[in-house]
Amino acid sequence: MDFAFLLETFVRLAPGVPLTLRLALTSVVFGMVLALLFAVMRLSRVWPLVLMARAYVFIFRSTPLLVQIFLIYYGLSQFPELRYSALWPILREPYWCAILALTLNTAAYGSEIIRGGVQSVPHGQIEAARACGMGGLLLFRRIVLPLAVRQALPGYGNEIILMVKATALASVITLMEITGLAAKLISETYRAIEVFIVAGAIYLAINYVITRIIQMLEYRLTPYLRPAATPTAARTGEPT
Amino acid sequence: MSDFGLWDVFSFGPGGWGPAMARATLMTLAVALTGFFVGAVIGALGAWAKISGGRPLRVLADGYTTVLRGIPDLLVIYLFYFGSSAVLTPIGRFFGASGFFSLPAFLAGALAIGIVSGAYHTEVLRSAYWSVARGEIEAAIAVGMPRSLAFRRIIVPLTLRYALPGLGNIWQLVLKESSLISVTGLVEILRQAQVGAGSTRQPFTFFVAAAILYLAISSVTGWTMQRAENRFTRGLRRE
Repeated sequence: MDFAFLLETFVRLAPGVPLTLRLALTSVVFGMVLALLFAVMRLSRVWPLVLMARAYVFIFRSTPLLVQIFLIYYGLSQFPELRYSALWPILREPYWCAILALTLNTAAYGSEIIRGGVQSVPHGQIEAARACGMGGLLLFRRIVLPLAVRQALPGYGNEIILMVKATALASVITLMEITGLAAKLISETYRAIEVFIVAGAIYLAINYVITRIIQMLEYRLTPYLRPAATPTAARTGEPT
Repeated sequence: MSDFGLWDVFSFGPGGWGPAMARATLMTLAVALTGFFVGAVIGALGAWAKISGGRPLRVLADGYTTVLRGIPDLLVIYLFYFGSSAVLTPIGRFFGASGFFSLPAFLAGALAIGIVSGAYHTEVLRSAYWSVARGEIEAAIAVGMPRSLAFRRIIVPLTLRYALPGLGNIWQLVLKESSLISVTGLVEILRQAQVGAGSTRQPFTFFVAAAILYLAISSVTGWTMQRAENRFTRGLRRE
């Protein structure tokens, strides 16, 4: 193994890290807001909203992300109305097209994770809150949301890691993030295996850090699952 | 834009893109199915290594699933497509051939997808094995079945029953992942759509068509999977 070359490869790939992180972070944050919106729509009992949310999730989850990226980056230019509109300076940038596609994609997956979390809140907890006189927004804010966030966190952590991996597709529309730089380096040097090892190691390191952060959050949000310091604290588990 | 209707480009008549898109759909199915089954074989081996392998095998299998689930699939496809020439060209030289060798795009793509999905297969099969009730296996041994017979008659069918939903998810994943192989030039749905978009200057129409094709395949196979799941869980009480 040629360590000098590995080091040189690392130096060439490292400038792609900020772009990968920026793509992932921006789309995860925007995607989460959109996901919450779609989850609320899906859980509302208003059928046009439910139908819309379901159709959205169905379409975005059953088509490949790369198709969505191409549809936004290449597809939208088919419409002259759009090409001459005020939105065009944004929609012609590969960066914003990638962000848009990643955001819309993660929102579909995220909304299902959030919905699962909300639906997993034990009914007894809600009944207990109602018995205490809570209702409406107060009940949602104090009881449902915190419990749902704890439930949904591991799933959402996975989704964030999937998003970091998905940013690699932005390289197909000319963005020079880690994978884009790696592909360029491979075609320059024909040393695919070494470049793959370095690029793979960078992604693994990023995902490892994210996993640890999620684990830390999970630990902090589930004090009731830890061995109890006092005997009474252990008795707040699932109601039967 | 052309003066005829939006969807006329996909006609099966002269000049229509219908036959090309149909062929590309078959290619997508072929490469996704091959990748899925390569992954299933790797997954079976990986699950076996994790369940009853020794320490070195377990560490190897753990490393494999951790690495493959932590790096982008596109990178793996690049590795197989470009990396294969780094391995194959010296072998070709050794046998006296000159020039440049690499795996055909289909093989490189199917192998890459197989290796990636193998990591997911491993986890699904492993956890399905552990959900088989221990009593069932003990009962098989108690009635005097040899290990191989118990494996074939009891463990495999029950493991598959529990693995079925997970395998369905992996299939959907593999189907979508197969679109990434378009970067190697293999003419599957997305690549064909790109070609069509370029020559007709109707990118939106072609990529929407590609999306609809993927949607159709994933709906039909999803529905079939659901049927299979119902069939294999006939014996279970449902609430």
